[in-house]
Amino acid sequence: MKFKPLPKWLGLLPLSLIIFLSGCGQMTVLNPKGPVAQSQYDLIMYSLWFMLGIIVVVFGLFLYMVVKYRDRPGRDESDYDPNLHGNTMIEIVWTVIPLIIIVLLSVPTVTTLFDLEEPPVTENQTTEEPLVIHATTADWKWFFSYPEQGIETVNYLHIPTDRPIEFKLTSADAMTALWIPALGGQKYNMAGMMTKLYLQADEEGVYDGRNSNFNGEGFAAQTFKVHAESEDNFNAWVEDIKNESPELTMDQYNELLKPGLTEKMSFSSTHLEYVQHHSNEGMGYTVERFRELYGEKLHLDADEVEHQETFD
Amino acid sequence: MSAEERTTGPLEYRTEAGRMSILGFWIFLGAEVVLFATLFATYAVLFGRTADAPHPAELFEPSMTLIMTFLLLTSSFTCGIAIHEMRRGNAKGLATWLIITLLLGLGFLGAEIYEFVHYVHEGATLPSSAYWSSFFVLAGTHGLHVTLGIGWATLLLIQLARRGLTNVTSRKFFIVSLYWHFLDVVWIFIFTGIYLIGMVI
Amino acid sequence: MALDEFFVTGEPLIYAGMVSIALVTSAIIFLLTYFKKWGWLWREWLTTVDHKKIGIMYILSALVMLFRGGADALMMRTQLAFPGLEFLDSQHYNEIFTTHGTVMIIFMAMPFLIGLMNIIVPLQIGARDFAFPFVNAVSFWAFFLGAMLFNISFVIGGSPDAGWTSYTPLAGAAMSPGPGQNFYLMGLQLSGIGTLATGINLMVTILKMRAPGMKLFHMPIFTWSTLVTCFIIVFAFPILTVALALMTIDRIFGAQFFTLTGEGLPMMWANLFWMWGHPEVYIVILPAFGIFSEVIATFAKKRLFGYNAMVWSMIIIALLSFLVWVHHFFTMGAGAFVNSVFSVSTMLIAVPTGVKIFNWLATLYKSRIEFTVPMLWSLAFIPSFILGGVTGVMLGMAAADYQFHNSYFLIAHFHYVLIAGTVFACFAGLVYWYPKMFGHKMNERIGKWAFWLFLIGFHICFFPQYFLGLDGMPRRLFITNIAEWLPLNVISTVGAFGMGAGFAVFVFNIYYSYRYSEREKTGDAWGHGRTLEWSTTTPVPFYNFATVPYVDEIDPYVRMKEEGKTTFDEKKLKPIHMPSYSGQPIIMMSFFALASFALVFEWIPLAIAGLLGGVACMAFRSFDYDDGYYVQVDEIKRTERKARGL
Repeated sequence: MKFKPLPKWLGLLPLSLIIFLSGCGQMTVLNPKGPVAQSQYDLIMYSLWFMLGIIVVVFGLFLYMVVKYRDRPGRDESDYDPNLHGNTMIEIVWTVIPLIIIVLLSVPTVTTLFDLEEPPVTENQTTEEPLVIHATTADWKWFFSYPEQGIETVNYLHIPTDRPIEFKLTSADAMTALWIPALGGQKYNMAGMMTKLYLQADEEGVYDGRNSNFNGEGFAAQTFKVHAESEDNFNAWVEDIKNESPELTMDQYNELLKPGLTEKMSFSSTHLEYVQHHSNEGMGYTVERFRELYGEKLHLDADEVEHQETFD
Repeated sequence: MSAEERTTGPLEYRTEAGRMSILGFWIFLGAEVVLFATLFATYAVLFGRTADAPHPAELFEPSMTLIMTFLLLTSSFTCGIAIHEMRRGNAKGLATWLIITLLLGLGFLGAEIYEFVHYVHEGATLPSSAYWSSFFVLAGTHGLHVTLGIGWATLLLIQLARRGLTNVTSRKFFIVSLYWHFLDVVWIFIFTGIYLIGMVI
Repeated sequence: MALDEFFVTGEPLIYAGMVSIALVTSAIIFLLTYFKKWGWLWREWLTTVDHKKIGIMYILSALVMLFRGGADALMMRTQLAFPGLEFLDSQHYNEIFTTHGTVMIIFMAMPFLIGLMNIIVPLQIGARDFAFPFVNAVSFWAFFLGAMLFNISFVIGGSPDAGWTSYTPLAGAAMSPGPGQNFYLMGLQLSGIGTLATGINLMVTILKMRAPGMKLFHMPIFTWSTLVTCFIIVFAFPILTVALALMTIDRIFGAQFFTLTGEGLPMMWANLFWMWGHPEVYIVILPAFGIFSEVIATFAKKRLFGYNAMVWSMIIIALLSFLVWVHHFFTMGAGAFVNSVFSVSTMLIAVPTGVKIFNWLATLYKSRIEFTVPMLWSLAFIPSFILGGVTGVMLGMAAADYQFHNSYFLIAHFHYVLIAGTVFACFAGLVYWYPKMFGHKMNERIGKWAFWLFLIGFHICFFPQYFLGLDGMPRRLFITNIAEWLPLNVISTVGAFGMGAGFAVFVFNIYYSYRYSEREKTGDAWGHGRTLEWSTTTPVPFYNFATVPYVDEIDPYVRMKEEGKTTFDEKKLKPIHMPSYSGQPIIMMSFFALASFALVFEWIPLAIAGLLGGVACMAFRSFDYDDGYYVQVDEIKRTERKARGL
């Protein structure tokens, strides 16, 4: 049997992984802009070292076996043992070591999970109280209601930096998810439910946010920009909206709930008094009214979504 | 496929084919357990989600469900006697007791249909709420199983009349009896899990 | 319903699909008629109950489905690499990723493996057929007609477009009206029932029909993996049956299980789906592990290391597979405690899986590796699968999963485990057992081309997707509308076409080998067979074993070869009982398929007629006392002597 060099280049994969990772400070998830994303980043990097270790060990053993024990002419007979079939000691070792790794991975996972249920606390925080924002989705747009400020925006979001944001997530129709990768992981918006997600921005900037859970044709267009700005700028923005934007009437809100794409909007009142999408009574609000509209197909093309994206 | 035949033991276990069919049916019943468990879990999760429809406690009546329970439990007992008669080689006894079983089963079905019609008249229908959807589908799946069981056993009775007791017919009767007892067990869970709890809460 | 609503209109790609379907169908009908093969087709294939022929039909269907699912994949990759081309619109893209996922899991991976099980398991345990050959044929036709029902959706009525997971309320009647989603429900229901029946059938076969002396812990590891898989099938598939039925009742009869009205609970669908869906993942990976174990031991020319540990790790994986479903939706907000529990249970699966990896590596230790094509697929599996495995553990860490969920990181992970695991195993198993099925090997040189193209294409396609995920690209996105994502998407698409080329070469190899490969003369095609399937002659006689050997060890054929024993002991010959072929399975399942088709369009009277027809067939079967026939000793002698050149 002629020897064929086996997936030897595969051994380069872990190396390429490292090269990739060193060059990927640009990748959103690995470039956290707030404490929530930071804790998830820390967890990911912590686990990555174990994973690299496992990959190196397995790839190393694999290459050793494949190269050393290939059937080649003139190979020494003494290192061929066709009846070797077990070794209790070594089998215990390779059961226990993975178990230990699992324990080492579980502990920070569980503590992070519990931490994420609470608003993050950082040193330079201006206030302990989180800012409450209701994030509601309807096919295929985002409503952000600020109950304390009495304003509502569609398809864009302003938040103050250094203050925890408590998102109250719900949906007017299909299941969606709020994901702002620069600030932290996602959670589902579901009609008839209200989920809570804490996020916080430490750096000012404009971040990408989107619905990450597929919900039909306009899914790709259901994105928004997050404007993280200082407390003062944020307050000034709120004042602007309050003074300059119209009120959101029930008719207009109903109109917006119809499946379709809309541009950015702002209002000096919220929809929260009109309907409680997260309650048993309110969860059917949209489909009961606009049932016949869901059958119509949009057949969106790339440029129609692009238009949404660049509108600013 | 060995066709070697034992000369002792119950008829249905004498051939390898018979033993395999019975084992296969037991595994099938395992799958049925999962099927009903899923329906029960669905029911439990949707309990209380009655929306505008009547609450179960307003509709469930102890008398009717007790009659149904009595009919089905008795039918399981008579089914047992039928298999006992089969083991004694008494084809006539098997047929008699099995017909009694089926009549009891029909009585059960009649009562269930009557009950469903009653609920529908009171405004509790399949589309009226999540709770009632899960109720009708769970109880209805059981009822559908009973219906199929009655049809199946009837076919076997015709085969018994034509062929008498052989190791093939006795295997078929034994399997249908397993099925029948299984439906009885499921009913006990429906009776306690749906009706008794539904009347109390 | 007007004809223009019935057929899908307005899409050039779909018109092309219609035309090619019409052309291929008429070509097949013409060829069958011209060569007068209709009778042959009916007698030899459509009515067969022979596990080997049914297995071949499974594998052929799976290859066709792999082509269809692969074509879907290439269309998606083209769209993502060239967003300016406007190749697919959003609706079309949604339909394509839905059918890609469904076809690959339900109609490709499972039937491919079930096909291999069909052919090999009875041979490995010394059985002459399944416990219930008739039911086996019923299962196949249920699968096949279910697959066909699902596949016609793109020309008739419209494809489902809510993802292969079909999350409600999106997939419910309110938000996805029309027949598309019904095709998904009925196609899966029909084939799922077939799978359940196969699970029971194989379980009884393995438990009851092993060669004399063969204890459970003497069984070949592929048979063990089949047994464990069947256990999962029996306990997981009823959940799918119920979930699909509930959604069907929702959509067609107006029930409120998963709806937004009537206080329905859409999230319950996700729970039920994944309570089946996660075990399903192991249904397609455990047999793959079994195949790799067989191939590695054979071409390492060495006994499998840690046989008992291999078996127990599969059993533990099977049990754990029922306890991890929540990890598919950590982001549903179940709370830190629930997520912690499921996080730990998920990561625990890595332990038995790790044990298996180390056992395969230890099997290579002090071996003599021969790099045949099946061995190449099996060896490539180990490093590739590890990359999928470790990212799986990362996804299992719930707090980190909040960032990975629904992103291309997840897509890369499950393609790494499903392709490097299941698809590599399907290729390895097919090439390995090919001589047993068809009497000749596949060409090794062309096979290596297919292997390298596919392997390199696979890594180029999916490795960049991990990084796309970390850069925030979500799955199921029909355009690449953020510039930073484009370069990696282009690389990924290049890899995808590499895989497509590998598959094309593989299929060409089937044709080439049929024409030019040397025909096998012995049963032990590779010369190093260890288990009973290699002890029969090639091609395998329809009764498999003239005499069944006594087995009291692992790898019995090794000793049989040393002692010069065969499966033809003239002194011990007895008449062999075999089941008769029957046209009933295909007719019975055609009625049920008709009922399913009617339900898709909600034509209730026709559905009832179909159901009654199916039930009538079952009743007819109950009165059918044909219990087969005997193959006489003379005929066995003639067949065996001819095959063995005696």
